[in-house]
Amino acid sequence: MSEVYTNNYVIVAIFLILGVLLPVATVSIIGPLLRPKKPTPEKQATYESGNIPVGDSWVRFNVKYYIFALLFVIFDVETLFLYPWAVAYNQLGLFALVEMVIFITLLVVGLIYAWRKKVLEWN
Amino acid sequence: MSDLLQQTPSWGTALWFALAAVALLLVVLGFVTYAIYFERKVIGWMQLRIGPNRVGPLGLLQTVADVAKLLLKEDTRPQHADKALFTLAPILAYAPAFGVLAVMPFTDSIRFADLGIGLLYYIALSGITVLGVITAGWASNNKYSLIGGLRSAAQMISYEVPLVMSVVGVVLMTGSMNLRDIVLAQQDVWNIVPQFLGFAVFIVAAQAELNRTPFDLPEAESELVAGYHVEYSGFRFAMFMLAEYVYMFGMGALVTILFLGGWLPIHPSLSFIPGIVWFVLKFSLYVFFQFWVRATFPRLRVDQLMSFAWKVLLPLALLNILLTAVVISFQNGMFS
Repeated sequence: MSEVYTNNYVIVAIFLILGVLLPVATVSIIGPLLRPKKPTPEKQATYESGNIPVGDSWVRFNVKYYIFALLFVIFDVETLFLYPWAVAYNQLGLFALVEMVIFITLLVVGLIYAWRKKVLEWN
Repeated sequence: MSDLLQQTPSWGTALWFALAAVALLLVVLGFVTYAIYFERKVIGWMQLRIGPNRVGPLGLLQTVADVAKLLLKEDTRPQHADKALFTLAPILAYAPAFGVLAVMPFTDSIRFADLGIGLLYYIALSGITVLGVITAGWASNNKYSLIGGLRSAAQMISYEVPLVMSVVGVVLMTGSMNLRDIVLAQQDVWNIVPQFLGFAVFIVAAQAELNRTPFDLPEAESELVAGYHVEYSGFRFAMFMLAEYVYMFGMGALVTILFLGGWLPIHPSLSFIPGIVWFVLKFSLYVFFQFWVRATFPRLRVDQLMSFAWKVLLPLALLNILLTAVVISFQNGMFS
């Protein structure tokens, strides 16, 4: 049994290595042999539809993105709890259902709060 | 493959696994080549055009020519870009796209890793691509890229929540996250019937996760030129495109496995047709659906996009979980 387990994760590791290897090989090893390299300042300028770029783009941006990231963290962690519950649901009985209804209700209250506070609007 | 899995791990078995993985990589690259060709062709027909027809017979070598062109193009990097992150971003976007395929059972015998947590592995790994996109947008030091990258990240994380919640219903019905068990549990009826609500949420959220029309705001050619990969050229750009289509492959396989019964035939009497044929048929149907949607729908506005995920899809996904749990309890006689 433990052989199967190890083998499975060997496969996963191989897939991930292959996933990294393909871009590295094509961009950094095969690519330079085939493509020209004649950099000029015009080519390396930041593209702004032909205008000369004004300043950096590493500036402050809309705080909305941050709020959505927070919401995402809350609900993604919720899903993390839902998965083990779903797998074991058949063995757990009615108690698990009631527990999860309470848990989801709490989060729905949070969602309604965010909704009423107009966090979910984009303007 | 299943015999190899039983053997003691050694360099020999690892070599066989590596060869199998390379074979799958070639299949996936072949898929991407012809998915792009047929996407252009099918959308062409839908819009009463001909589509690519010049390179090779019927234009069949069009994508090959495009890839060769990208490989031969100069690789420019903006002077003000963050060099390390600019290089890292395409790898971050592509590696998880291929990594997720490790757990896909294409048929009962053609499968790779048989993880107990297969579904969770897919979800966890596919989340990393957001990092690649936002890294690309930020590292380019370009205003279009930054807006595109941030929009893309906001969209992908917003739709990831309903996406992962819509499959909880499937896990509830199967009692396992192993993708093979999920297929085998659909012997009698495919999950698309009892889990129709989950399926609907999943399809819509998957469309947004793949950044495809009507959710292609991150790219939005007409407003952001190309979004997060404006500054990328040559093969680095190709890696982003490749990641997108490899995800389409992964998502197509996942939809087939979770909701359409994987390699199982429509009716047991048709089981003389090999499983892989059924899998490819269902998978192709999903891919065609993607093209069809792209030819049909206009792009959403950014405010509609965000509120749709949180106000419509998320409550529906939660409702689906509760309904499924209650129905399963009834069937098990928990209320009697």
